[in-house]
Amino acid sequence: MRELNLFDKPENVKWLLRFFYASLVVLLICDLFIHKHAEFPWEDAFGFYASYGFVSCVLLIFIAKALRLMIRRDEDYYDEDATHGDSTQR
Amino acid sequence: MNLSPWQTGAPPALIFIFGALLIPLLRGRLKSLWMLLIPAAAMWVLIQVPEGRHWQLHLLGYDLILGRVDRLSRIFGYIFTLISFISLIYAINIDDDLQYVAGLCYAGGALGVTFAGDLFSLYIFWEIMAVASTFLILARRTDAARGAAYRYILVHIFGGLCLLAGILLYVHKRGTLDFAYIGLSGVDSWLIFIGIAVNAAIPPLHPWLQDAYPEATVSGAVFLSAFTTKSAVYVMARTFPGTELLIYLGALMTAIPIFYAVLENDIRRVLAYSLINQVGFMMCGVGIGTALAINGTVAHAFCHILYKALLFMSAGAVLHVTGKIRCTDLGGLYRTMPMTCLFCIIGAASISAFPLFSGFVSKSMIVSAAAHEKLAAVWLILQFASAGVFHHAGIKVPFFTFFGHDSGLRPPEAPWNMRIAMGMAAFLCVFIGVYPAPLYSLLPYPVHYVPYTGAHVVGQLQLLMFGALAFCLLILSGNYPAEMRAINLDTDWLYRKGGMAVYRIMDVALNGANAFCERVLAGRWIAYICHLAKDGPGLAALLLAVPIKALRGGGRRELDRFKHAVYAGFETGAMPIGIGAAAAGLMLALLYII
Repeated sequence: MRELNLFDKPENVKWLLRFFYASLVVLLICDLFIHKHAEFPWEDAFGFYASYGFVSCVLLIFIAKALRLMIRRDEDYYDEDATHGDSTQR
Repeated sequence: MNLSPWQTGAPPALIFIFGALLIPLLRGRLKSLWMLLIPAAAMWVLIQVPEGRHWQLHLLGYDLILGRVDRLSRIFGYIFTLISFISLIYAINIDDDLQYVAGLCYAGGALGVTFAGDLFSLYIFWEIMAVASTFLILARRTDAARGAAYRYILVHIFGGLCLLAGILLYVHKRGTLDFAYIGLSGVDSWLIFIGIAVNAAIPPLHPWLQDAYPEATVSGAVFLSAFTTKSAVYVMARTFPGTELLIYLGALMTAIPIFYAVLENDIRRVLAYSLINQVGFMMCGVGIGTALAINGTVAHAFCHILYKALLFMSAGAVLHVTGKIRCTDLGGLYRTMPMTCLFCIIGAASISAFPLFSGFVSKSMIVSAAAHEKLAAVWLILQFASAGVFHHAGIKVPFFTFFGHDSGLRPPEAPWNMRIAMGMAAFLCVFIGVYPAPLYSLLPYPVHYVPYTGAHVVGQLQLLMFGALAFCLLILSGNYPAEMRAINLDTDWLYRKGGMAVYRIMDVALNGANAFCERVLAGRWIAYICHLAKDGPGLAALLLAVPIKALRGGGRRELDRFKHAVYAGFETGAMPIGIGAAAAGLMLALLYII
């Protein structure tokens, strides 16, 4: 079978990232020229959606990392209990 | 309008359920053909049946309606039938009758719920769904699946009983079986609300979903992703539109699961969490309750069923060909599974609501409805969740499966039938995104909404692309939470650990009481009572007779012999009748005196 290796070449990944960063700049430039019909006052601010998206995702990751400290357990966390439960069955 | 079954055809739910019963009798291609004919026949019925109430039965003084057809039920009927067709194509190569029968009955249950015109038929089809869907989990035939199925059915029995109790109280109070607007007022409506909320996976009643769906079979998860939650959305939209509580529950529901999805290692569990997140948008829409919000909810349910099934199909295809589903085991599969990868990306783009994909034209209606009602906090949460869903379902799922680190796996492409099914769903995701007019024309209320405005497209793209930028920067800087083999506690801890605690308490309390009773009652009291019953009369008789005999004289040996004879006589019951009668008479006399 033929294997694709498009993303194995570092220069391809580099081009992809460049294209991605360029699209971000284009989106910010577009922001200046579109007519906004905002429902909330903050929607009119330049780059509101961009900054909200960025901040949301950064917050999401850091809160999730903090959450992991509290809720993370081994994969057999519940299984251990089940076998223990069975052994006490009369 | 009352038409005879000859004019309308059979109810779609019964086409599915009775059609399913023939499956085990058929073999090979005939079976595949028959399976695909079932949704086709149901679709034909749905297209030509006019609006109104059809297939009415008179039972025990109540009118049961199996076919209340209006704009709301018809569009859910269409999507349920369509997704059954696609899921069955996806499942053709597995050749497992249990899954076919369960899947078809499950779809039949969902259609029954959709077209039920009264609460009793609603309840019956609701339970058919619960039972049939359990078998799609059991059919995986692993210990983990059996455990998950057991917890799944227990939770749904709880939800079903709440619904039943609510319905009974409701019928008793209001004297009607009509399946229509209920609204939150009184115990009956709260019980119905909780019953529906269990199926809609509203937190904290949600953990059954992320517990069970990832344990289901490859094609079972595709069926599961479509019916239970979306039929609950439909029932909620009928019975509790405009309930303010749902706005806040829905907003919470969009936000909470995304934190879990970011941490989760099992790809299908990530998808299960994002399913809860997407249903949150729909619950929010039902809670807002305006025409735009309800339209948005229904449109989003329609699109969601397609792209969520597509995502579960692509994850299932990976599981099918590699036998692995954890992020830590996968990566770099685009090399040999480019088509599955492409379909997964289309599903990911749709769930992320990228312009030109289906999620964009439906989710934006709900978000706009929140904005029209000036619900600022809710709007901000929904936008946060929109960015978050792109992060985990939009980027994480394709990235860690098909790109990311090279796992060294070089599996073959998914089987042809799976690719066809994924292709159909992917086509519809793009088609609806590019040309939403046909979908909009099916919605319950007239649509004046225009999704493609400059501000909206640029705003949404900024939200998503800068979210992606955050992902890039965090991955490149090594700050992204590492994939790890672990599980994360959710509210199912309460009944999984709590259940075990109850089990232990019961074990100690009941088995302890049992052991105590055995020791005291069976061990001591019974021996004592036996002893009393055996020796008591003899001893009493000796107590009376020996002094008399002793007074009358006689040797010591004769007295001993007498004692022996009396005791033996009482012990064996071999007494002369006269003595027994005298004793009885004496007893009666005593009683009389007292």
